[in-house]
Amino acid sequence: MRQFLLFFLIIIVGFTFIGRLFYLQVYSSSAHNLYEDNAIRKVYDYPKRGFVYDRNGKLLVGNQPSYDVMVIPREVKPLDTVEFCQLLKITKEQFIKTYEKAYRYSPRLPYVFIPHLSKEDYAVLQEKMRKYEGFYIQKRLLRDYQTQYAANVLGFIAEVTQSQIEKSPYYKMGDLIGKQGVELSYEEELRGVKGIKFIQKDRFNRDIGPYKDGKFDTLPKQGKDITITIDSKLQEYGEWLMKNKKGGIVAIEPSTGEILTLVSAPSYNPNLLVGRKRSRNYTKLHNDSIHLPLIDKSLLREHEPGSPFKALVALTALQEGVITTETAVSCSGVYHYGRNGKMGCHCGGGRRSLNLGIAKSCNSYFANAFRKTVDKYDDSHKAMDIWSNHIKSFGLGQYLGTDLPIGKKGNIPDGSYYDKWYPDFNWGATTIISNAIGQGEIQVTPIHLANMTAAIANRGHYYTPHIIKDIEGQEINKDFVTKHQTTINENHFEPVIQGLYDVYNKGTAHFLQVPGIEICGKTGTAENFTVIDGKRTQLTDHSIFVAFAPKDNPKIAIAVFVENGYYGARFAGRIASLMIEKYINNEISRTDLENWVLTHSLENEYQKPFSGEPFKINAESQYQIIDLQEKPQTDNKPVEAQNQTITIPANETN
Amino acid sequence: MRQTDRYFKFDWITIVLFLLLVGFGWMNILSASHIGETIDYFDFSQPYGKQLVFIMLTFLLIVILLSIEAKFYERFSSIIYLVGLLSLAGLFVFGKNVNGATSWYGIGGMTIQPSEFAKAATALAVAKYVSDMNTDIKNFKDQIRLCVIIALPAILVLLQNDAGSTLVYGSFFFVLYREGLPKIYLWIIVVLGLISVASLKFGPLITIVATSIIVFSFHFLRKKKPSIIQPIAMLLAAIILTFGVNFFYQKILQPHQQDRISLWLRLEKDPDKIEQMRRDILYNLYESEKAISSGGLNGKGFLEGTRTTGKFVPEQHTDYIFSTVGEEWGFLGSALVVITFVLLLLRILHLAELQKSQFSRVYGYSVASILFFHFMINIGMVMGLIPTIGIPLPFFSYGGSGLWGFTILLFIFIKLDSNKINEW
Repeated sequence: MRQFLLFFLIIIVGFTFIGRLFYLQVYSSSAHNLYEDNAIRKVYDYPKRGFVYDRNGKLLVGNQPSYDVMVIPREVKPLDTVEFCQLLKITKEQFIKTYEKAYRYSPRLPYVFIPHLSKEDYAVLQEKMRKYEGFYIQKRLLRDYQTQYAANVLGFIAEVTQSQIEKSPYYKMGDLIGKQGVELSYEEELRGVKGIKFIQKDRFNRDIGPYKDGKFDTLPKQGKDITITIDSKLQEYGEWLMKNKKGGIVAIEPSTGEILTLVSAPSYNPNLLVGRKRSRNYTKLHNDSIHLPLIDKSLLREHEPGSPFKALVALTALQEGVITTETAVSCSGVYHYGRNGKMGCHCGGGRRSLNLGIAKSCNSYFANAFRKTVDKYDDSHKAMDIWSNHIKSFGLGQYLGTDLPIGKKGNIPDGSYYDKWYPDFNWGATTIISNAIGQGEIQVTPIHLANMTAAIANRGHYYTPHIIKDIEGQEINKDFVTKHQTTINENHFEPVIQGLYDVYNKGTAHFLQVPGIEICGKTGTAENFTVIDGKRTQLTDHSIFVAFAPKDNPKIAIAVFVENGYYGARFAGRIASLMIEKYINNEISRTDLENWVLTHSLENEYQKPFSGEPFKINAESQYQIIDLQEKPQTDNKPVEAQNQTITIPANETN
Repeated sequence: MRQTDRYFKFDWITIVLFLLLVGFGWMNILSASHIGETIDYFDFSQPYGKQLVFIMLTFLLIVILLSIEAKFYERFSSIIYLVGLLSLAGLFVFGKNVNGATSWYGIGGMTIQPSEFAKAATALAVAKYVSDMNTDIKNFKDQIRLCVIIALPAILVLLQNDAGSTLVYGSFFFVLYREGLPKIYLWIIVVLGLISVASLKFGPLITIVATSIIVFSFHFLRKKKPSIIQPIAMLLAAIILTFGVNFFYQKILQPHQQDRISLWLRLEKDPDKIEQMRRDILYNLYESEKAISSGGLNGKGFLEGTRTTGKFVPEQHTDYIFSTVGEEWGFLGSALVVITFVLLLLRILHLAELQKSQFSRVYGYSVASILFFHFMINIGMVMGLIPTIGIPLPFFSYGGSGLWGFTILLFIFIKLDSNKINEW
């Protein structure tokens, strides 16, 4: 037995070693990755981020250099802190605090010690930086906005979050990434590809030369410049008109689906989110819960469409053959349905055919048309499915598939939707009659309305609205040049368009006519409610307007949504007419409309629900008259706003 | 006798395993010591260039070792042993101090470390004494004499501040045990080890209580009860040992040695402090474990190890050479090295058992034991399984004395083995 002691020990040790090797190298080790190897220093070379131009070639977003003071705590040698703090314009306490933070983050990794030095500070510091071991200056490119407008479209860039780094290995701590708008949608095109140098380090963290003679190093690839479909002048004009109002404007070129204007009001100056004051400004914007400046209302604000929806009700009824252009309804100011159902109408009363029905926005006419459409089939479930299908072919009730990173579906109810609502009840056309006038369960966003208008303007088809026009000649997404056909035959559009034209001629928007332009439009007024102290409270109606012009070969289709603006023609109609005139004629003849819009504010309306006091709505509430707003700057001078802090009036939000 | 027979009687399996280890070892020394991308194999200012020369001289040495008559080693073993002792003792007069250890003779630009050769000399002496007709290993006097033979070089090495090499002399225990040393010694070693570790890990109180429970339950379970004095004496010895170990650990060991043991036995509980200790005190081990771990399954490839190229592991071409294998050749390569060593050790052991002369058998056993100790301590240390003890990995680590010392050790046995048919 004695001879086996060593024999067994050798075998046991052999197995132990192999087990330990397995634990170290296979079980607890991840595959070798140059990027995670801390024996290799990675030096990144950041490329220029692509510029953004508007449809007319005006530069909207460029770049500006920014200098960050970085620190690697482990490499810091004792230094003259007094002098250093003076150079950086910080106190010694701040220095110690930041240094401790950096050390806690990691003693070995670079940490942003002071972000965004001014050019002057950089010039002074650059000379003396060699004295401070462990500190160095890193140049970055920040965005430089050449405009004060279109913040919701352009979006912004900011440092990547940890979860983004985990999702995409391309990004490293401190990299900048598009967070909203086109910066997010076209992040990959704009950012380019950063270059990388691998440098072999020794155990004292000293560089001992390029790793493998630079075999794996790459050169940076410049970001691509993009041209967006926005007309910056029209965008500026729209934002100017929307001052002191909440809501959105979406203008689309019907023949292409290009988004000419995407206004969200109130918005903010994009330069506020650049540079040293960025996070402070961002917090302020984020916390403004009344105006919600960071929320794009034209893409995200779901609301009932109101009367513009009647155009689609008419088109489906025509398509289903339940009415003709001559079918008439006699309106008595109220539409009776069911046992004791009533729907009021403001059209003035009288005999209403299709044309006058649209022009005067007669509720009774459309209630009748909708009812006939649903009653055509014995089964209301099936009828609503067919109806819903027609409506959805205009892009409503679904994500439009734009190239903007955000959006809402809206809602177009179908048969099973109501089956769920009324499980034990045999619902029918009269149960859901509100849909006839664009209320009830229908929800849209302003861009849905604009797209619907474009589809009507095109007599039955649309192109997916999009913001990209050109990426350095690269082909844009095929979806944006694909024609989407609606389910309505082309011949049904002319009478409806004639009706929309007569809205301007003799209907609800006759006072908005613009000389020389044949505009087709439709007003909309949507009731809305909020909850105050647990009670459902009605607020002033939303003012809604859709329009396109010219009537033949339309160049622009527009939807305007003004929260609590009361009736459609009051705010939204005026703004839509002005926008159309601005786009087609490039100058304003209806300065009376312009003046009215600019001197009327809705701020008092928006404060009402938060005031805690009883308030009046709609016709009973008072106009708030304000001074004329200054004209927007349209020159190309860069706006120096990086180091300004915005002042937002303190809100007594409860 | 025909010419070819002379070569076939050498054990070629052992020789091939030896060549594999030396060759692969050199490749790793090249990885661990080259600077930049260009490699000049005969750049003698670099360790890999020097080692190449040492390896070539080794072949000359092998030819000489195999040409000498087998009987020479047995006959002259005492003289070789004495020369070995003298060379160790001479260090106190002529020695050169390198890194705190006075283990080298400086001859011209070269340094020679006699302790690497003394192991082979001691092995010969032990084999000679054990195989002597008049020696009875069960006899206490002979045990003492053998102990002196082994302890003399060990103490000389310890006095030169080379604790690692001293420990290697412990490997002779396996030899003596194989040759009939009473079992009680094995038990004493096992119990001593257990009590020492337990008293450090669990504290003296728990250790003593546990020991007394075991000792007394043994005592009362035995049918033929010896005197009660026996278990009490054992217990007393255990108590003294327990406190002795704690005293030794706290008062005599230096802080860095304490920390090595503290880390090994996981005495420190605070994970942050452990990480700190690993980084500060066991920097080499920390880096070598990381290097091995970063190799993964397949390794980064020959000359591709980033931690090796960056010289993250200090002394990587000497004691920590195995971390290069781990990083560049991965689990597959490292496991293969471990298997090669195990095969070599088992082969030597097998050959030793086949020897007809006791001298050859004891010597072969000594070779296997010494190589096993080096293999176990070195690789165990590099992978963090045992406390840091600096001894080289045979045939792998950089160093001429080490390579020649192990070559002499091994090839004397190959020569003895080839001669076994003539033993009758």
